Amino acid sequence: MIRFLLNKEEVSLGDSRADETVLDYLRERRRKCGSKEGCASGDCGACTVVVAAPGEKSGALQYRAINSCIAFVGALHGRQLITVEDLEDDGALHPVQRAMVEQHGSQCGFCTPGFVMSMFALYKNRQARRARGVVPRREIEEALGGNLCRCTGYRPIIDAARQALFEMRDDQFNRGEAECARRLRKIAAEKPRAPHFHLPQSAREVAELLEKNPSARLLAGGTDLALETTQQLKALDEIICLRRAAELRRVRVCNRKDAVSEKNDGEKSAATMSATMSMKKARDKTGTHWEIGAAAPLGECGELLAGEYPDLAELLRRFGSAQVRNQATLGGNIANASPIADLPPALIALGAEVVLQRGAKLHRLEVEKFFLDYKKTALQKGEFIRSVLLPRASQRARLFAYKVSKRIDDDISAVCAVFYVETDGAKISGARAAFGGMAAVPKRAMKCERALRGRAFDERMLENAARALAEDFTPISDARASAEYRTRVAQNLLRRLQIELFEPETAARVDAYVHAERILAA
Amino acid sequence: MNEFIPDLKPASLLAAPGAPLAHDSARKHVTGEARYICDHARADGQLFACIGGSAIAHGRVRRMDLSRVRAAPGVVDVVTAAEVPGKLDIGAVFPGDPLFAADEVEYVGQPLFAVAARDFVSARRAAALAHVEYDEKEPVLEVERAMEEEFYVRPPHRIRRGDADAALAESPRRISGEVRVGGQEHFYLEGQASLALPEEDGGVTIHSSSQNPTETQKLAAQVLALPMNMVTVVTRRMGGGFGGKETHAGAWACIAALLARRTGRAVECRLARRDDMVMTGKRHPFVNRYDAGFGDDGAITAVKHVLAGQCGNSPDLSDAVVDRAMFHGDNSYYLPHATIDGLRCKTHTVSNTAFRGFGGPQGMIAMEALIDEIAFTLGADPLDIRKKNLYGGAGRNITPYHQEVAGIDLAGIVGQLETECEYRRRRAEIAAFNRASRVLKRGLALTPVKFGISFTVRHMNQAGALVQLYTDGSILVNHGGTEMGQGLMIKVAQVVARELGADPARVGVTATRTDKIPNTSPTAASSGADINGMAARNAARTIKRRLRAHLGAKHGVAEEEIVFAGDRIRAGGETLSFAQAADSAHRARVQLFAGGFYKTPKIYYDRERVSGRPYYYFAGGAAASEVLIDTLTGEYKLLRADIVHDVGNSINPAMDIGQIEGGYIQGVGWLTCEELKWDARGRLLTDGPATYKIPAIADAPPVFNVRLLENAPNSEETIFRSKAVGEPPLMLAISAWCAIRDAVASLAPQTGNGRVFPKLNAPATPEEILRTADEVRRAAGEKAKA
Repeated sequence: MIRFLLNKEEVSLGDSRADETVLDYLRERRRKCGSKEGCASGDCGACTVVVAAPGEKSGALQYRAINSCIAFVGALHGRQLITVEDLEDDGALHPVQRAMVEQHGSQCGFCTPGFVMSMFALYKNRQARRARGVVPRREIEEALGGNLCRCTGYRPIIDAARQALFEMRDDQFNRGEAECARRLRKIAAEKPRAPHFHLPQSAREVAELLEKNPSARLLAGGTDLALETTQQLKALDEIICLRRAAELRRVRVCNRKDAVSEKNDGEKSAATMSATMSMKKARDKTGTHWEIGAAAPLGECGELLAGEYPDLAELLRRFGSAQVRNQATLGGNIANASPIADLPPALIALGAEVVLQRGAKLHRLEVEKFFLDYKKTALQKGEFIRSVLLPRASQRARLFAYKVSKRIDDDISAVCAVFYVETDGAKISGARAAFGGMAAVPKRAMKCERALRGRAFDERMLENAARALAEDFTPISDARASAEYRTRVAQNLLRRLQIELFEPETAARVDAYVHAERILAA
Repeated sequence: MNEFIPDLKPASLLAAPGAPLAHDSARKHVTGEARYICDHARADGQLFACIGGSAIAHGRVRRMDLSRVRAAPGVVDVVTAAEVPGKLDIGAVFPGDPLFAADEVEYVGQPLFAVAARDFVSARRAAALAHVEYDEKEPVLEVERAMEEEFYVRPPHRIRRGDADAALAESPRRISGEVRVGGQEHFYLEGQASLALPEEDGGVTIHSSSQNPTETQKLAAQVLALPMNMVTVVTRRMGGGFGGKETHAGAWACIAALLARRTGRAVECRLARRDDMVMTGKRHPFVNRYDAGFGDDGAITAVKHVLAGQCGNSPDLSDAVVDRAMFHGDNSYYLPHATIDGLRCKTHTVSNTAFRGFGGPQGMIAMEALIDEIAFTLGADPLDIRKKNLYGGAGRNITPYHQEVAGIDLAGIVGQLETECEYRRRRAEIAAFNRASRVLKRGLALTPVKFGISFTVRHMNQAGALVQLYTDGSILVNHGGTEMGQGLMIKVAQVVARELGADPARVGVTATRTDKIPNTSPTAASSGADINGMAARNAARTIKRRLRAHLGAKHGVAEEEIVFAGDRIRAGGETLSFAQAADSAHRARVQLFAGGFYKTPKIYYDRERVSGRPYYYFAGGAAASEVLIDTLTGEYKLLRADIVHDVGNSINPAMDIGQIEGGYIQGVGWLTCEELKWDARGRLLTDGPATYKIPAIADAPPVFNVRLLENAPNSEETIFRSKAVGEPPLMLAISAWCAIRDAVASLAPQTGNGRVFPKLNAPATPEEILRTADEVRRAAGEKAKA
């Protein structure tokens, strides 16, 4: 049985297909048609719903917006599903709904339920953080960047968000929270028994299930896997959902060897961080690495990574949309082996490793060596990514991550360049450079690195490095960019690197400039 | 961050004559109650359709084996051209659009068959099982090639005033250039969808997401070989239209109707996003070439435009689209001598169709590129060249098609905006910024818009409405216009309310239905409120007249002394509620429903002589946009937009501002991030939102000031002296495109011979911006060496 709360109603599904999406469940099975299908690929946000779950520590409910078109209903087990139909309170509009009406935030209305739900999630998150007063525009953009509107031009929607969040007050979800959390905990205490949708609670269980069902598909965030059903119309008959396995969810500081020791299992680990733990506490832990569970949603571990590498935060901020970040995982972004995935170039540049598990055996592999060819990985049959080991920031080196795409928000890179650089005066003493969008796999630019290393970053070196880069890669032309543009931009990003290293006063990023100059505040 | 104080009633709203009422469906939008086609209650045994399309761009279907499709699980019916009982061609204006290709295929995705199954996934899976063999022919995919081969869907057409060749020969200065303009996917959030319900007499009712219910009705009737009175089309609302559901909503309605008739079951036919993007037409890409003469003062002496539109495989609306491009090849500028040629190029791609602006934007941008180049040649600020050439003054107010430009104060609008947006101060500030900033550069441009209002096809400028007063005092209005988000229904309700002195809340609006108002025009050409509002007012007037007569006689009051105001009717000493008045009239056997009709006066156009008054009036405005670009990557950000727009006396300023802001951003998308790409075999590469990027929330400029032009009633007798607003604001976005060029130009020296004119095309994607920037850097480098 998959059991969850549809707002207040307890739902038990015994007959669900493993690959039934939440949107299909709502629209086709329940004929709750408020949530819309705009694209069925997680790119427009018209289907946005909110999923609430009790936080690991506090027990307070955490509300996350997701794209219901690319979420599987099985993953709702032990969660509360809230849709646009649930926001009215005894006939009165929720503050986010009222603000959308009063600010004329809807025109054709088709995207509106999705906006309302993303805004509702932002409302609940700010409430949880006890954030009051004026909302920075950037926060609104981050929360609503995954919702496309073709009519309004967004200004009234931004104003609606400002109004609703300014007027913040408790709603019916606050009132019902304790009761809801109690019911969810009760469900969660029971082991879900769905014939084809497995929700293992530990890494060991994952390994066992995978051995028994070698053809089962592993589901982490599912933001790409779900496209196989919604776009390619394939049936996924057997799914192992990784999101409840303790070791695959946790984020902690540790030493490299601990990550593959026999004792490394979730229940016994004392140093486990919850994603909500403060940065300070996390930093105080001793250890050389972060171990990030392969199935920890990016939206939850982003803050921790951001403290370590500020540019990684920028990359994460532009990773898909809020809805996607709430589902997508670091493990998924690696296992999917897309040549244009956002995070692998950063992981490669940082020399990160994956911890792979097969049966009870754990071993480490450099992320760099994980990608063999287009969509081909070193993952063996029966093996899965358990976690990612990310070295903690060094005092000497700095990370520079550049994502270039047609649209700044919720877009896929044309080119993603990540440099991890140590300097010694005007010289580059160490450099690792990895690129996405330039080859069939995310890859290091070895010749370029050699040209950079041990030399002063002058014009001649820049020319050499650019030339070397053109030898490192032969990119393709596709819908996002031409091969020429990719090469040219990759080379120009070396110039940006030079500027950011040695002329920090020169602004060289459009997005950062806009935010730094507080143009948004005007 | 400044303190934000929610401001529900900006001054511009209060200052306008109409009330800024919320959209009639706003509450339903935010609660999810608003029903779209796929949200209708399902009928017993309802089926779902999916279309099977051509895999190639050009060729013949040698063999089509659908046996596996028919045998697939859940499949109930499969139809091809052979199963169409009536007319196969659904071309709206000219033939050329078969419902299903029977033999020749002319674009990837062209419908070959449709399958109906018990659910949508089964239908889609089944459709993928077709086995089709083709004899492939070489497709024509580029406009240039079509131009060379004179491969057209319709013959070329020319607008001419004066003698451009002679004037060019005598001009002190001349320039010529080319600007390529990309197409645009509508990306309405609700894809194409229709739901057909079989009726007891063999007829059919079709709920359709259509801007054109009457045409949908007519086409479905023809396809089914039925009289029009047996087909009813109902449109409550669309989840966006933008022109994409004017003619291109028809096929899916016809297919749903055909399958419903054959199976006797309800059939939903909707296009999955990818199918929608592949199978339906888009904005026409254009290749524009210009040749212009001007004086040392920047005054234009003559212009020759060649505007070549990529029409795709069939005429559809392309004749009128290219005509409108030609009619807007002057934008807001007086051209003493002009020749404007319009070419309707055929390519083996899906037939391009109406899209907000309807060719106007593509013509207008050629003129703005030309003005930029004149300014560059003279080393002048482009705004000064724009102001110099604006229509206005004696002898400077005749368009190339011989219509007088009146009723729009272009110089006033531009002047007001120039002041309000602090153009000159910011110009200097930006120049200083650009001198100091090595990588990031800013750009600024202010451009006007003048847009002709009326369908250029004269007979389409008519509308009907029906107003009904019930005995409880509630009012219902119906008209031929459709709601796609623009707020037409609330505007028309406000018109009726105002005419009857009633509270707008008293006026109910319902779906547009072909069995209530027949023979309607599409909701297009920005005409919705203009013509349907007038028709509804005329209907309301008839009811008012009858009530006056009745109440006058009953209460012994002169008819003209009966006052309709404040949601009450005063007859002498008596004050009646609408319920009392209606009930009283009903008991006296007074007819309380009335039809209203309207046809736009004064318009005529002689296409042979290329002369006349195609437009009842002109709407327009001006925008100033400021951008920031990264000259290493081509990334950009819109920093600020200021707009002054003329909507006459606004019927509903909230709706009008919504149209202006939304139109502007949609235009910015067209000219920046929205890029359509096909491969060498004519397959669309950008076939979903993962690859085709419309503006997202962070693309809205952080500073966005929109003002309605005040005290500017329409000089023509339009509905409450308002002006149309649907399309014109889209073209305000040309200012953003010009601002990008301005930023790129800053890469070359700003004075002397070192300057370089950036030949920017549209869309100005990061790639296009970087290409142009590199070109400018290279040319500037060469000039410096020379």
